Amino acid sequence: MLKGIDAVFKEGKTNMIIGGSGSGKTVLMKCIVGLMEPDGGTILYDGRDFTNMHPKVKRETRQEIGMLFQYAALFDSMTVEDNVAFPLRLFTKQTPKEIKDRVDFCLDRVNLEKVNNLYPDEISGGMRKRVGIARAIALNPKYLFCDEPNSGLDPQTSIVIDELIKEITEDFGTTTIINTHDMNSVLEHGEYIIYLYKGTKHWEGTKEEIRNADNEELKEFIYAAQFAKEHHIALLQANKKG
Amino acid sequence: MSFFYHFGDYINMLAATFSRPEKRAIYFKRIMEEANAIGVDSLGIVAIISVFVGMVTTINTSYQLVSAFLPRKVIGEVVGTSVILELSPTICCLVLAGKVGSNIATELGSMRVSEQIDAMDAMGVNSKGYLIFPKIIAAIVVIPLLILISMGLSISAGIFIGKITGIVSPAQFIDGTRATFQTYTFTFALIKTFTFAFLIASVSSYQGYFMSGGSIEVGKASTRAVVYSCVLILLSDYLLAQLFL
Repeated sequence: MLKGIDAVFKEGKTNMIIGGSGSGKTVLMKCIVGLMEPDGGTILYDGRDFTNMHPKVKRETRQEIGMLFQYAALFDSMTVEDNVAFPLRLFTKQTPKEIKDRVDFCLDRVNLEKVNNLYPDEISGGMRKRVGIARAIALNPKYLFCDEPNSGLDPQTSIVIDELIKEITEDFGTTTIINTHDMNSVLEHGEYIIYLYKGTKHWEGTKEEIRNADNEELKEFIYAAQFAKEHHIALLQANKKG
Repeated sequence: MSFFYHFGDYINMLAATFSRPEKRAIYFKRIMEEANAIGVDSLGIVAIISVFVGMVTTINTSYQLVSAFLPRKVIGEVVGTSVILELSPTICCLVLAGKVGSNIATELGSMRVSEQIDAMDAMGVNSKGYLIFPKIIAAIVVIPLLILISMGLSISAGIFIGKITGIVSPAQFIDGTRATFQTYTFTFALIKTFTFAFLIASVSSYQGYFMSGGSIEVGKASTRAVVYSCVLILLSDYLLAQLFL
């Protein structure tokens, strides 16, 4: 699936992995987080060899990682409050009051109010994503992974989620890595971008460099995204006139 | 080869399941929740099965006892021994394999499909320990209690139907049951029940936890959990009987 991927993500920045469907973005992210075992190569977290760590040490290192899954992956048998409190109850010695305060802080940070006692199926997709972010930042992670955070969201909510992730990256100083094929997001927030094509790294650079990249596949990818956007705008304008 | 692959995976799963928990208090709470789901929610079906098993066994045994030379208390002897040694542990556990086993496999399979298990692993939680350990412990504590209740209900139902139909008086029935009661037989029945409970919880957890795919595969995993649990219950029933009796 993946071949010869060599990348160094920038500390404290919003890093992005882009590519078409089936290019290997999610597989790469799952390998980095340790949910899949790579057949070869090494994954380093600030110089620590994550690939060959003892499982117990690996689990402790994972407590420095926060992850937002494509569909939030909230625990559906738990309330919103219990979802966000879950890592705190397992890994900290905080009192119930301290945990409640931290949960309220995290939910407030993602602009959610009065949802503590609701279950995941009682809230909207956008709210589930925000609860997912709140849970991901509960332990103050050093690294934040987001797998297609805009997936299934309307354009306005997408912008809200993007802004939230950006703010959290800046406020908490996390190293954020986002999987996406949303070029609006990339061009707005991507500080370091790698482009995957058929499982290989085809290009890397910044959002300033991406428009002038001379990589043919990347150009087609950006063009398709831009075409889809302009086609959509044209349709809206036609409907207005009609 | 596939059998050895899955057996190895199963053993690895058990090793990870029984490793040191992150926080004992949370795991204790989880065990209580699972005990409620497995035990309390299964009480109704176990009671219904036990009552009918007791009644039918009493009537069947009476039908077989055509000779006037055999005292009526033999009905109590046969029903008591059958219920304690085989009917309650095996039939109830086969039914529980269907109810509890499919529940466990479906729950874990759905969590796998919706990436909830991945979310736990990504956080650094030992997801096998958190999800599977409470189920196994709850099963081996609660299912034997259910079987004890089943034994009591079956024998009581036998006494009841014997009195109603005039087959055997309660005194004769109880006399017969007490005459053949052996502590060894009773202990063997409990050993069987612990084994069956462990198989139901662990095999169903394995099927649900390691499934991959979508909703159709969740259904298939649930079916496999029930079928494999039932086959292993019957196989272990035979092996334990061969070893201990």
